[in-house]
Amino acid sequence: MLHVSPQSTSAAIAKGEVLLNVENVSLRFGGVKAISDVSFDIRKGEVRAIIGPNGAGKTSMLNCINGFYFPQEGHITYKGVRRQKVRPHEAASSGIARTFQNVALFKGMSTLDNIMTGRLLKMKRGFLWQCLHWGPAQAEEIAHRETVERVIDFLEIQAIRKTPVGRLPYGLQKRVELGRALAAEPELLLLDEPMAGMNLEEKEDMCRFILDVNQQFGTTIALIEHDMGVVMDLSDRVVVLEYGRKIADGTPDVVKADQKVIDAYLGVAH
Amino acid sequence: MFYRETGQFKTNYADDMAIFPIRQDRIGLALILAFAFLVVPFVTSDFTLKTIMLPFLALSVAVIGLNILTGYTGLISLGSAGFMGVGAYACYKLTTIFPEVNILIWIFVSGFFAAAVGVFFGLPSLRIKGLYLAVATLAAQFFLQWAFVRIPWLFNYNPSGAIEVPLRTLFGVPITGPTASLEVKYLICLCFVVGMTWLASNLVHGRIGRSWMAVRDMDIAAELMGIKLLNAKLMAFAVSSFYCGVSGALFVFLYLGGAEAGTEFAIRLSFLILFAVIIGGAGSMIGSFLGAGFIVALPTILKFGLPAIGIAITGATAEKIVLMIIGALTIYLLIVEPHGLARIWQIMKQKLRVWPFPY
Repeated sequence: MLHVSPQSTSAAIAKGEVLLNVENVSLRFGGVKAISDVSFDIRKGEVRAIIGPNGAGKTSMLNCINGFYFPQEGHITYKGVRRQKVRPHEAASSGIARTFQNVALFKGMSTLDNIMTGRLLKMKRGFLWQCLHWGPAQAEEIAHRETVERVIDFLEIQAIRKTPVGRLPYGLQKRVELGRALAAEPELLLLDEPMAGMNLEEKEDMCRFILDVNQQFGTTIALIEHDMGVVMDLSDRVVVLEYGRKIADGTPDVVKADQKVIDAYLGVAH
Repeated sequence: MFYRETGQFKTNYADDMAIFPIRQDRIGLALILAFAFLVVPFVTSDFTLKTIMLPFLALSVAVIGLNILTGYTGLISLGSAGFMGVGAYACYKLTTIFPEVNILIWIFVSGFFAAAVGVFFGLPSLRIKGLYLAVATLAAQFFLQWAFVRIPWLFNYNPSGAIEVPLRTLFGVPITGPTASLEVKYLICLCFVVGMTWLASNLVHGRIGRSWMAVRDMDIAAELMGIKLLNAKLMAFAVSSFYCGVSGALFVFLYLGGAEAGTEFAIRLSFLILFAVIIGGAGSMIGSFLGAGFIVALPTILKFGLPAIGIAITGATAEKIVLMIIGALTIYLLIVEPHGLARIWQIMKQKLRVWPFPY
């Protein structure tokens, strides 16, 4: 298994209970309202999709959740703790990991080093030990390397372990980025268009990894994706945004049949 | 043909994570070290020791320092010479106030003074990046240079305004001051360089190094991995300035033997160190040495090498040609090979590995 240590530090949340609750969140940039009064929840252990046409505020929503943006109104409750402002590194240390729409890997580093950065928060040895790189610091490094190797095995990227990620094809870069997020052993994994720009095979692989992560490790996943086939197959519940407002929320079947969603995606005759 | 890793199996992660995973590299490093410690001081002329080896060793520490900041963390600084000056003056003040403590300890400790100053001038780095940060660090350079000249307490009210390196001994052997032999100075310098290189390479290969490189490559994603940008950047400034400070102390106490630091640690030196990082290879330890070696050796080779093979050249002309070559090479490398000489060295090694059948 990937998880070497039980990681629920705060009150453990049982499967099916609310892990993250977004309440009446509004976000403005100057005069532009990116998100207006959106509420939804993410339950522990589910795959929750956030969909909507371009510019609907999906990525802004994720940015609010992990602290890049601070919503002007509303609250986000994560693991029972309600917070107005959270910093990205606080979100990271409370168990939220994320991938980006445009791959945000560390281009100059190897695949291995990139995934090792996912373990940074869990590495504790201080500056002097790091200087010596001996004894406890080395033991710690090796222990985390073992976890990282499990992630590498899981994602089937053994062959590119030492390759600088800048030289990898796009599909593999996306996979390494998922690996980096997984190495942090997150409780909540935010995936921003993990399948954008991939061919069919790569998409199938990625779907398999997402489902495996969800089922084997019990990681809760919030997913933004434009491929409706993927969204409907993978997700347990879907929330639909349009122009920063929530227009539908529910199981894939319900959302698929919703007239507002159909209008938003297909356009409506006036 | 001999540079092969065939048959060298790694059976544990410690071996795989070693800084030199290939046996031939380890042997090569051991040979270089043995040569530097056992052969160089006894066969090299005083002239070479004085004009090439000592400045090369002292400057390489500063180049490693700037490489940590610029190459590994992606923050450009033009204050390196200023931080070197802080190290030199701190060492001078410490050894004149507490002459009974060994000078080697003070050379090391003076790094901490430079680190503190570096952290202070590194504070803007959280808000500004790239060229703008370079300009902000210029302020550090000019302020420090001003302080070195205008605060006479720093040079003990010496009427000439210069540091005069006092005689200090280790086990009765003079190591600084006019009577110390060049060989001893060289060996002391070499010990500092080897030790500090070892520490730096451990640092950049571990957790802290990875967080620096993460900040360099994609700061948004780095923040999301739980890295606090301010801490990572200030630590880079601290370590970098520490290296610059020790380098400055070595530079004055072991190489120059006395200097008017206001002119010695001027903006020109800051630029030379930055060029050494770019030419040698940003983000590479070996590149720091290649860069420092290049910057130090080139003027000497032009000034004394060319006349030796019959091309008449005056010192002043050589000086200008050096600047032209360094400038042209910096631009060339920035365009063609941003990772500098270190990358070229790496490509050569890769070619050697598959030679003679590169398929």
